[in-house]
Amino acid sequence: MKIIVSVKQVAARDSALRLNSAGRWLDESDLSYEMNEPDAYALEEALQLKEKLGGEVIVLCAGPARVTQTIREALAKGADRAIHVETAEDGVLDPLATGRLLAAAIGPEAPDFVLTGLQSDDLGYGQTGVVVAELLGYSHATIVMEVEPQGKMVRVKRELEDGWFQNVVLPLPVVLTVQSGIKKLRYATLMGIKKAKTKEVKTVAARELGADMASQAEMKRVYLPERSKKTQMLSGDAKQVAHQLVEKLKFEARVL
Amino acid sequence: MSVLVMLEQRGGKWNRASFEALAAGEKVAQALGVPVAAVVLGAGIETLAKEATGYAVEKIITADHPLLADYTADGYTAALDQIIGSVRPEAVIFPHTYQVRDYGPKLATRLGRAFVSDVVDVKIENGEIRLVRQLFQGKLSADIKAANQPEFISVQAGAFRAATASGGDRPIEPFAVALEAEQIRSKPEAPFREAQRSIDLSAADVIVSVGRGIKEKENLPLVEDLARALGAELAASRPICDNGWLPMERQVGSSGQTVAPKIYIAVGISGAIQHLVGMKGSKTIVAINKDETAPIFESADYGIVGDLFEVVPALAEEIRKTKG
Repeated sequence: MKIIVSVKQVAARDSALRLNSAGRWLDESDLSYEMNEPDAYALEEALQLKEKLGGEVIVLCAGPARVTQTIREALAKGADRAIHVETAEDGVLDPLATGRLLAAAIGPEAPDFVLTGLQSDDLGYGQTGVVVAELLGYSHATIVMEVEPQGKMVRVKRELEDGWFQNVVLPLPVVLTVQSGIKKLRYATLMGIKKAKTKEVKTVAARELGADMASQAEMKRVYLPERSKKTQMLSGDAKQVAHQLVEKLKFEARVL
Repeated sequence: MSVLVMLEQRGGKWNRASFEALAAGEKVAQALGVPVAAVVLGAGIETLAKEATGYAVEKIITADHPLLADYTADGYTAALDQIIGSVRPEAVIFPHTYQVRDYGPKLATRLGRAFVSDVVDVKIENGEIRLVRQLFQGKLSADIKAANQPEFISVQAGAFRAATASGGDRPIEPFAVALEAEQIRSKPEAPFREAQRSIDLSAADVIVSVGRGIKEKENLPLVEDLARALGAELAASRPICDNGWLPMERQVGSSGQTVAPKIYIAVGISGAIQHLVGMKGSKTIVAINKDETAPIFESADYGIVGDLFEVVPALAEEIRKTKG
């Protein structure tokens, strides 16, 4: 089985986010980055699928040169080879353009499975997998919790809203967007990190793929959210804020 | 010339978020100077569609077909593609449900458009539509402008006040969709629940809810003690339940329970959208977090930026003092 796992590199979870001077995206100069957490779970699912079915896991990542760090991490955890779609330093793609770019890289590989996280922690569109599936004519399922291969088919457990679940059977090739937190993530071993250095990383420039990347949804302005609610911030040491809060809950909100 | 709003139903019951999408649709339609039409897909949905005739829409378009009885991405996409091809709307608005997340992007892609998902507001600037989305789990906002029509937009739960029926009797317009069984590649089985819930958080008056900030399972007694002092139910954000530190039935958020207590104390919870939709109906929200930019503070009435390992015990002590 050929399994492609599509991962994204995003600003680290606890980053202090500063806007760039144009107010259209972040000032990226001193950000640190990490693998998008939902994609880390997709990678884990891909590696476990390979352990069950054999074959290879190919990690796919689009982004500027810095994403090679994330690619190395995936290879160190056990992916067999990688495709790096190199994009310009700055600029943010809309979900259709992202999907077109990734689909152009995936198509020629003719995989059986394409796995990705259910959303990115930065843009949070939650669409990449579905868009890629439509462009390549693959079947798909979103918010997948369990994957049970059945020959040329796959049975997946999907999460629905409000505590409901559903099993769905789909034909291969299939794109699955994987729910976070279901399986325990593995760590890269020292041996894995060593081996990763010898694994193949194919770098292809985004423009060479010939995908239409014209924007259909342009980000005009990025800004700090306007507070819709008046939040009273309490300050002081722990004892002081605890005392203030209890007073407020009793006499102001009158809920205690 | 119209704005289409997708009203979502499952098993003959509306998803309530549909009427919030309808409210957003009205706003977009007003900006464009066109009427709103509602769309309902399913099998045997006549009675349900009648319930929508009291809303301020031009008409309700129904696609009633046996192959739409169970939701499938292939079936829904094909049906809506045909309806859009016939109606030629300027915009198509959806509630941002799990179902829409599954087929909305597919439909927009088929029509060569980007799907602007999870929109929290619609602004009209110089007659142009700006769609507001949250980035970085709510830490930043962005104004988006769609380049081409039809625009595809889904609306976050709770972002718009649901439209209410104004009475009247708007027409139902059945649309004959052409669907073949071979078009539908997925075979959905019946939805199920894992176990009966033994804890009903929605009935709780006071909830102490814990998130990633607690760091380790061994630290849970800290918040358990605060909950005891308050006579509160203990709840959690998703990562805590995923780790197995608390049972899934104590999870608040889009995939867990929706709660509306008098007091909701969020301890070490950053406030991802998926969590906020489950608790923003609470009367008084208190947030304790070390990160002053955590989006939970946007929703809180009272915010404490500080170390929960100091604040929580102090708060438990203070409450015991007051309660005597």
